[in-house]
This record gives sequence, structure tokens and C-alpha cells, in this order.
Amino acid sequence: MAELYEELGLTADEYRDILRVLGREPNKVELGMYSLMWSEHCSYKSSKMVLSQLPTRASYVLQGPGENAGVIDIGGGLAVVFKMESHNHPSAVEPYQGAATGIGGIVRDIFTMGARPIACLDPLRFGDPSKARTRYLLSGVVAGIAGYGNCLGIPTVGGDIYFEPCYDENPLVNVMCIGIMPKERLTRGVASGVGNAVVLIGNRTGRDGIGGASILASQEFDEKSQEKRPSVQVGDPFTEKLLIEACLELLDKGLLVGLQDLGAAGLSCACSETAARGGVGMKVWLERVPLREEMEPFEIMISESQERMLAVVEPRHLEEVLEVCRRWGLNAVVVGEVTEGDLLEVFWYGEKVAEVPASTLATGPVYDRPAERPAYLDEVWAVDLESLDHPSDYGRVLLDLAGSPNLCDRRWVYEQYDHMVQLNTVVYPGSDAAVLRIKGTSKALAVSCDGNSRYVYLDPYLGTQIAVAEAARNVVAAGGVPMALTNCLNFGSPERPDIFWQFKEAVRGLAEAARFLELPVVSGNVSFYNESFGAAVYPTPVVGMVGLIGNLAHRRTMGFPGEGLLVVLLGETLPELGGSEYLKVVHGLVAGRPPALDLDREKRTQTTCIEAIRRGIVRSAHDCSEGGLAVALLECCCAGGMGASLRVDTEIAPHAWLFSESQSRFVVTLAAEDLEAMQELAGSREVPVVVLGRTGGDRLVVNDWIDLEIASMKEAREGALERLLSGETA
Amino acid sequence: MKFGVVVFPGSNCEADCYYVVDKVLREDVDYVWHRETDVSSYDCLILPGGFSYGDYLRCGAIARFSPVMEAVADFASRGGLVIGICNGFQILLEAGLLPGAMLRNTCLRFICRFVHLRVENADTPWTNRASLGQVLRIPIAHNEGNYVVDPETYRRLEEEGRIILRYCDPEGEVTQEANPNGAMGNIAGICNEGFNVFGLMPHPERASEEILGSTDGLVIWESVMAYNREKG
Repeated sequence: MAELYEELGLTADEYRDILRVLGREPNKVELGMYSLMWSEHCSYKSSKMVLSQLPTRASYVLQGPGENAGVIDIGGGLAVVFKMESHNHPSAVEPYQGAATGIGGIVRDIFTMGARPIACLDPLRFGDPSKARTRYLLSGVVAGIAGYGNCLGIPTVGGDIYFEPCYDENPLVNVMCIGIMPKERLTRGVASGVGNAVVLIGNRTGRDGIGGASILASQEFDEKSQEKRPSVQVGDPFTEKLLIEACLELLDKGLLVGLQDLGAAGLSCACSETAARGGVGMKVWLERVPLREEMEPFEIMISESQERMLAVVEPRHLEEVLEVCRRWGLNAVVVGEVTEGDLLEVFWYGEKVAEVPASTLATGPVYDRPAERPAYLDEVWAVDLESLDHPSDYGRVLLDLAGSPNLCDRRWVYEQYDHMVQLNTVVYPGSDAAVLRIKGTSKALAVSCDGNSRYVYLDPYLGTQIAVAEAARNVVAAGGVPMALTNCLNFGSPERPDIFWQFKEAVRGLAEAARFLELPVVSGNVSFYNESFGAAVYPTPVVGMVGLIGNLAHRRTMGFPGEGLLVVLLGETLPELGGSEYLKVVHGLVAGRPPALDLDREKRTQTTCIEAIRRGIVRSAHDCSEGGLAVALLECCCAGGMGASLRVDTEIAPHAWLFSESQSRFVVTLAAEDLEAMQELAGSREVPVVVLGRTGGDRLVVNDWIDLEIASMKEAREGALERLLSGETA
Repeated sequence: MKFGVVVFPGSNCEADCYYVVDKVLREDVDYVWHRETDVSSYDCLILPGGFSYGDYLRCGAIARFSPVMEAVADFASRGGLVIGICNGFQILLEAGLLPGAMLRNTCLRFICRFVHLRVENADTPWTNRASLGQVLRIPIAHNEGNYVVDPETYRRLEEEGRIILRYCDPEGEVTQEANPNGAMGNIAGICNEGFNVFGLMPHPERASEEILGSTDGLVIWESVMAYNREKG
């Protein structure tokens, strides 16, 4: 066994722990189960201690972290379920299937809780877009998301894409799913009731995805990565669609005690987690598992074949459960039984092939890893930004920014996703937040994802706070009140002190911002080992925010909605070019400190904006972020097909005023007669109101700095991604 | 008027069609499971969009063998009203209820966006409330909407006025640029000889409420309701 445990990704210490727990040597099946369940991916052994500082409670939180997904109460008897996950390594090895099965996994997490999945959002990070590998990965990932998500009939309504060379080899594919349900349908992944049947529903089990969690997800990349292709699962969205319908029908009819999806670590995880949560044991008869090919018991226990669910069913409901599955054309087989005690016992044609306490599988080791501030920070902070040349043609710079990989129009991507199915999407992709109406009510959800990893690289604590603030700001700009968040934390190897320092700082920032803005963290995911050939990706925490729009009439978009409106900036512009798109695009620099964030000011600004929207003062709203005020204004013009003429009086140098990424700012429009009300509202919260000018015409004019036609601005940003991907421009 | 929305395994727009008939049109509507063999109680059957049987083979190629399709064919042969939207259109093609076939979009990508459609015949059960040449703004969402048919049938479709909708620009010009998927003659929707069977790639159910950005799809629903009333 000694050689095997290493091959399976366990350390010598962990192996000793297994010996201690069992009081004997594990056999091959047991060792396989422990290796998966104690992998970083499944056990959170490096992150658990750090994550415990996150705020997870609020009066409306029905389920926080620890289940398949978080759940919040949005009133009217409805609950919203959501979570974000990563599928980074599978997507690096096989982009189409990696991304597709990422969607499959996160969607299962949502309907497992009893909710109908109503939307997906996909934050993606890729390398240098001029490289062929990036184009291969991006087109494969987008096609995979589309191929799987479109088939399920779940609209993909948002997400974001950033390009940085650090992701060349190790792209990030994060996936978020949101579901909605009547509160009483909330279901947990718990086994209970001795004698209840354990039913495996869905696809047959095969050799795909053997060791996905340990081999692929919990190790960094090297030249052997291509050999890991067999660890990537293959998706079958058709079966997943049937699973959604069948499981929701079973839950509606009240036929299930518990429901759990099979993801990482397959049956090992589903059985041990449901048993551990319920404080019971479980017997499993592996010969009953429907197989695609001949397999060993060890392989059946750890296979990560997709589209499978584990249901716990009272014997009196069993026949009806099997009948519902049959009608949907799904396999459904009793593979086990809930037992007293806490032993997970696995049988193979009468022979006991594993016997382990379920709780010891489900709660792995916990590590307090050493952390050390990385040296690069002093270097990047020391860069003298003051001495850089100022541009002479601001209009040219704005067009360059608008057409740059990180800021240009994303239509090429989101038009490949069905973003309309289910008839809920009332604000389409390309806005600050997607807005989904809740049929039968006057409410809507506003959802957004955010995570500028350049900021986090330059200051993990501050950068992560900004991610929270900006995700919330996006929701506010759409007219929503932010309620709760999920997150996906993508980092390098936790075994490296410099990386672990980044991780700790990021989580500290996340916790503090979430606490201050009163946004409980209800679910999340950690993805470590995002490294290749010794180099880690930028530390990349991604935040997914869900907010509630109490009245659909309060939804807002960014586009200038009419002529003669005042264009107003809520917030203050400071010369903060550190970490900006401007620095990257114009000077090729990733340096300096990210813009400052005052959480109190952030909160006051958001409250002001939402209040002004509710009172009907604010007609359109846009969060000011990457690319600064100038890019925000350009986006407002392009989205509304309406120009603006602006006069700015400032002490700040023009390029800094235009392109600084100062936080806590919104660009809004309002009628002139509402200005006083706006000023009163903002004044009481000490939020600056700066009147920039008026909408009108077909040009964006700012002092004598910028004078551009809408048509030329549109041309710069639309189609830019397609041009980049076809290799037309470097 | 009573609508039936046929549900195949893998359909995913059935709930949207049901919702629009029920909540927007306020007409009677039922789901019709793909194993049903009697559809005689309906005035109009909707074959919704989706990925029937995963569409792992040619789109609609498996769904056409569902038991309900025999009943649908029988229903259509007696003059019953049948509308196939997106995957539903593909199924009607595979079942031979409409002529032609679908290839992949020429760009080889799934496309979801609003397009403009010109009404080519306003004297059908599906377009009698529209005017000839009217431009409708309705979304498409498909990977295989590149309609092809042999030249002889194409000529007949044209002569008999069975080309109902063509992709066009916002001004109503039928141009190459306005063709999202490469469909022959910019065809977006066609009818059978009796005009009681209509297949179209765009999704009128996604353009039936102001809040979703367009109500241009309503003209199709209102037309078929008017036709049904007048038919008595």
C-alpha cells in the first residue's frame, strides 16, 4: 500500500492517520476512497481554518456553507439557491468537456437542494489572446458551456472574461448557478431513517473521471498534464435534463428523504457525506451499480461519471420513485440501505470490500499552512507611476481601451449561450448585472460576478474587498439590493507560503467586506494548485452576488435613456491609476496599488443610488470600474445609442480623471428638475454629486479632451473579440 | 381555443410555450406527453424548442419516432393546426410533415439573438393578423437553422406562397448580412401545402411580452386564434 498511497496523492502523514482511524491497514478500495475524500478538492484541508472567519448568517439565510448550495429566503414563500464552483483543470486538459461537465456539476448542486435552476453565470480567465492555445481554450470552453447549458434549457445570463498571460496554461473556468423554489421544497443531502433505501439514479458508471478530484484538481500542471486526459469526465446534458425533471417531480411529490449529487469522488463522497450529515451508517452493494464497462469495486467507488444522483427513500415510496424515474427513461437502482451506527460498508457479490467510519471520510485532515508575504509586492508597488508619459490623444486611448481584450464587447461569447430560455431574462448579458424576473410576482433577481485578479495580485486583501464591493455595486446599478454572495477562490499551491499568504489575505478581505456590507457568504468553492511549470496564476477570488429588485419597475440599465438628461457622477474621482487597464494597455504595466476602498463610503454610495432609483430620480445607472469614467461613459453612450456633452472642471490631470479606476462611483442620468432631490439624498449621506453635462447627439464630448462619434466607439468595441480570436490583431 | 404543448424528453421550451398560452393569451393549454396517442381534443399543437433526446444524432431524428408523432401526423392530415418552433420545426422536417432539412449554422456556432423577419405571406392561419412585408423582431436560439431543400421544392414553396418568414434587416430588406445561419433564401419559416402545419426557427413565445423586449411574436398567436375562431 505504501507506494499506492503516494500515487493516489496522499502524504505519509495522511496515510498514518488512516492507519490510526482504522486501526489497521486499509485495503485498496478503502485507500482509494480516503485518497479522494482527503484530497484538497474534497476536504478543504488547507482552506478550512481560514474560511471559518467568513460571515455566513443573516435572518434570511436558510442554508449556509456545508450543503450542496446556499439558500436565501426572498419572501413570498420563495427561496433562492446558488453556488459557484471551478472546473479549471479539466478545462485546461479538455476545454469542451471540462467546461461542459463544470456546468453539469453546478446545476446538480442546485436542483439537489430542490430548486429549479433558472440561470448560469460563467466567470472565465484566459491567457494572452494572441496565442493559439488561448484561442483553442476559449472557443472550446465557450462551446462546452453552450453545448451543455443550452441543452438543459438553463439560460446563461452573465459572467465575465479577463485575459492575462498568467492564465496561458491554466485557464480558470468558474461556473455559478442560481435556482428558485418554494421554501418548503428545501431538501438536504442527508441520509436518515434506518432501513431506508439508497437509490442511484441516472447514468451508468464508467471509467471516466477516475481520480479527477485527487489527480487532476489537487496537483499543479507539468509536461505530463496531457496524460491526465482520461481523468476528465464526459458530459451528457440530455440525461442531466431528465434528471432535473425527474428529481424535481420526486421532491414535489414528497417522495425523498434526502438527495445528493455525485460529483468529485463519486459514490465515495455521496455515500459518506449523506451518512455523516445524518449521523447514520450505510451499506452499499456495488454489484448493483449499472456499469458501462467491466470495472473493479475500487473504480466503481471513485468513478466520477456524470449525471448521477443518490436518493434516500422510505421503503413505502420506493415503487413510486422507481416508476417516476422509469417514465423519464432513467436508470434507478437500489444500491444500498441506511444502517445504524456510522459505518460505511461496501459489498461486492457478498464479500465486504470496505468498512470505514463514514464521518472519517467526510471530515479529512485540517492543515494550518505557513504563510509568508511574497517579495514581488515590494517591486510592483515601487514602480514610479508619476513619471510615466501622459498621452496626447485621449480619444485614441479611449478607443484602444474600449477595444482591448479585457474591455471589449462580449457578444461573440454570450450569443453562443441561450440567454433567454425560461422567459425570465429581462436585462440581457452585457449590462452591469443580469436581471431575472420572478414570474407571478413583481420581483426580480439581479445577479453579477466579479473578480479583477490584477488588483488581487497587487494587493490580495484590498483586491478581494473590491471584488465584493464591485459585485454589489453592479447589482445596485441594476436596481437591486444585494442580499448574499457565493465565491470561488482560485489560487496556486497552498503548500507554498507565498501563495498561502495571498489566500489568507484574500479571505480576510472577503470576510471584512462581506461583514461590513452585511452580505452573508452562503456557499463557495476553493480551487488550489492553479499552477503550471512552477508559476501560479494571479490569485483570483471571484464573487457571485445575488440581489433582489423588489419592484420590476425599479430595474435599470446603463444605456443613456434619452436626450437632455443630466449626466451625473455619484462618488469621487481620485488620481488612482495603479492596477488599471490604462496602465496595462497604454504602458504594458501591471503595477502600483489598486484604488483605495472605503467600505463605509461604498455602502453610503450604494444606498444613495438604490434610494434614488426607487424614488424614480435615477433613470439609468452604471458602475464605474475597469477603464475608469471614460470607458463607463462610452459604454453608456453605446448601450443607449445616445451621445453626451460633458464639461469637467478638475484639478486632476486629464488622463487620470478619464482613466482612474477609483471605487465607489456610479454614472447616472436624471432629469434636471430632479437634481435638487438627488443632491439632498446624496448630501445626507455625504456622497458627492458631480454634474458632468447632458445627454444628446451622436457623439461623446468631454472638454477638449475627447470628441468621438458613437459609431466609431461601437466599432472599436464590437467585433474586437472576434478580431482578436481570429488572430487579426496582436 | 385549446392548445397542446408536446413534451419530448429533452424539450426545454415547453414551459415557455405553456406560460405564454396560459398567462399571456389566456387560452386553454395542456402538456402532451410524447407517449400520448390521442391528440384529437386540441385545436392547435405546439412542438416546442429544445434538444429532444439530446439531439446527439441529427436534430429531431429520434423524436420523430415518438408515439405522439403518429398522432400528430394524423391530426395534421385532418387539417389540425400544428406549429413547430426551433427544435419543433426540426422534428417536423424529420417527420416529413414539412419539406427540407437543417444544416449547422454557417458560422458553426450556436446563435442566440434577436433577428428581423419579413412576413412573406399574410394570408395564412399563422399570419392573417400581420401585413404583407411587415417586419417582426423575434429571437432565434439554435445551432442548426441552416435550412436547405432541393431546388424543385424550393421553387414550389415560393410559388405556392409557403415561405412565410424570411430573415431580413430592420428595414425589411432580405440580405445576405441579415441571414444569421445561411438558410437557403433566408428562410426562417415555412408551411405545408395545406398551410395548417407551420415550422419556424425563431421563437415567437420569447417575443410575446413587452418586458422581454418585443411583442412581435404575438401576431402569430393572434393570427392562429383568429383563424380558429373564424373557422368556427
